[in-house]
Amino acid sequence: MKPLIFKEIDDLIIGSLGIVAFISFFIGGVVAIQTALNLTNPLIPKDLIAFATRQSVILEFAPTFISIIMAGRAGSYITSSIGTMRVTEQIDALEVMGVNTINYLIFPKIVAFTLYPFVIAISMFLGILGGLMAGVYGGFIGFDQFIVGIQTEFIPFHVFYAFSKTFIFGMLLATIPSFHGFYMKGGALEVGKASTTSFVWTSVVIILVNYILTQLLLS
Amino acid sequence: MIEIKNIEKSFGETKVLKGISTIFETGKTNLIIGRSGSGKTVLIKTLLGLNQPDSGSISFDGRIYSELSPDEKRTLRTEMGMVFQGSALFDSMSVEDNVAFPLKMFTTKRTSEIKNRVNIVLDRVNLKDANKKFPAELSGGMQKRVAIARAIVNNPKYLFCDEPNSGLDPETSIVIDELIQEITREYKMTTVINTHDMNSVLQIGEKIIFLKNGYKEWEGNNEEILETRNRSIVEFVYSSELFKKVRENLLAEEDEENNNN
Ligand SMILES: Nc1ncnc2c1ncn2[C@@H]1O[C@H](COP(=O)(O)OP(=O)(O)OP(=O)(O)O)[C@@H](O)[C@H]1O
Ligand SMILES: [Mg+2]
Repeated sequence: MKPLIFKEIDDLIIGSLGIVAFISFFIGGVVAIQTALNLTNPLIPKDLIAFATRQSVILEFAPTFISIIMAGRAGSYITSSIGTMRVTEQIDALEVMGVNTINYLIFPKIVAFTLYPFVIAISMFLGILGGLMAGVYGGFIGFDQFIVGIQTEFIPFHVFYAFSKTFIFGMLLATIPSFHGFYMKGGALEVGKASTTSFVWTSVVIILVNYILTQLLLS
Repeated sequence: MIEIKNIEKSFGETKVLKGISTIFETGKTNLIIGRSGSGKTVLIKTLLGLNQPDSGSISFDGRIYSELSPDEKRTLRTEMGMVFQGSALFDSMSVEDNVAFPLKMFTTKRTSEIKNRVNIVLDRVNLKDANKKFPAELSGGMQKRVAIARAIVNNPKYLFCDEPNSGLDPETSIVIDELIQEITREYKMTTVINTHDMNSVLQIGEKIIFLKNGYKEWEGNNEEILETRNRSIVEFVYSSELFKKVRENLLAEEDEENNNN
């Protein structure tokens, strides 16, 4: 089981870091620029740029938006790899050898996704860093002012909220695509279709769960 | 010996197996033949326990499957090997890991013992120097050999092969067929093979059952099949152009002889 888990961590978690880092950094930058451009009233302090970047990155952008990206990156990988095993009878072969296939195929993915909060932590850090770079080098805000801004009205519970939902999204990302792959029927063409459906369903469920959790935890 | 009695199996509304009874004999290559969609794969998966039959009984050397305890079923499982239609090798594992897999799952053998056994069976299927390769790097025929090696690595009493030579050229098909037959005799296994390849039927059809529309339409061996007057069999056997020509020639010769008398 151990090598399987390491393999999944490598494929699903480490393998996703590149795209997550790229998107986080630039979206963080764009959030900062957008906020700056919309702050036309001179009475509103410039720190707000940093504050808004921090809030949107930590509360929604990193946990939710990145999870949708992951539904595309890791989710379709999971569905197509398990689906291919289904259509090429590799799952039947495992069953003949007395392997508990659900356990064997899906459990290592769930374990790998317990590390998902680290991915989101990196995304949060890079998102804010992107905001800082874009804000400072774009000439919208000073470095010191940005640092002050990201510290204002910091509510630790928000971090708890963000990581709670991250953890739940991670479990959804591991299980929904797995079951789509596991229970699919047909051939190679259906593997592609199953990946698409699995992406749609994973995203829809993440968005709905996000709504419910936000209602429960923040209001 | 595997004895099946009155096996029925439906998927939803469609009845795929409609009361099949027969005996598959030990040390022989038992063939299940029939058109595509006639239920061959369903029957073999039912024998393996991957499908639950709706009714009927399957007995493995006197052990009636449905009456076994979970432990006994597990033991029976360890006595089965299966070669799947598309080989079903694990893509993410090397050849030797594929072959070692059942040993790792079923036995408590030490790594060195496993390695030895893996080399013995790979040698037996004439595959050397492929240990470290991955399935995608092998030809179809080599993949089949690995699949056979994996199926026999744990010394099974029962070997099931779903179209072992589909997708192979005629020459390689014969080599694979002969390999399966030799191994069957050597290890005294009860081997059940699905096929619609007439070459295999003639070559290794020591016992043949012919499925049609979910019924067992005919049963016999590779000599009897050439002499039967059963219309469905005749149509099936002589469906290829080559065999049609051969048959026409035979009939013409027969007519000539009759005329001469
Ligand atoms: N899991 C399943 N669910 C529903 N129907 C199935 C299932 N498996 C097989 N069938 C149906 O059972 C019938 C027999 O299929 P089977 O795969 O046994 O044919 P076959 O004789 O092996 O054909 P081929 O030579 O093409 O492999 C087909 O009509 C198929 O659609
Ligand atoms: Mg079949």
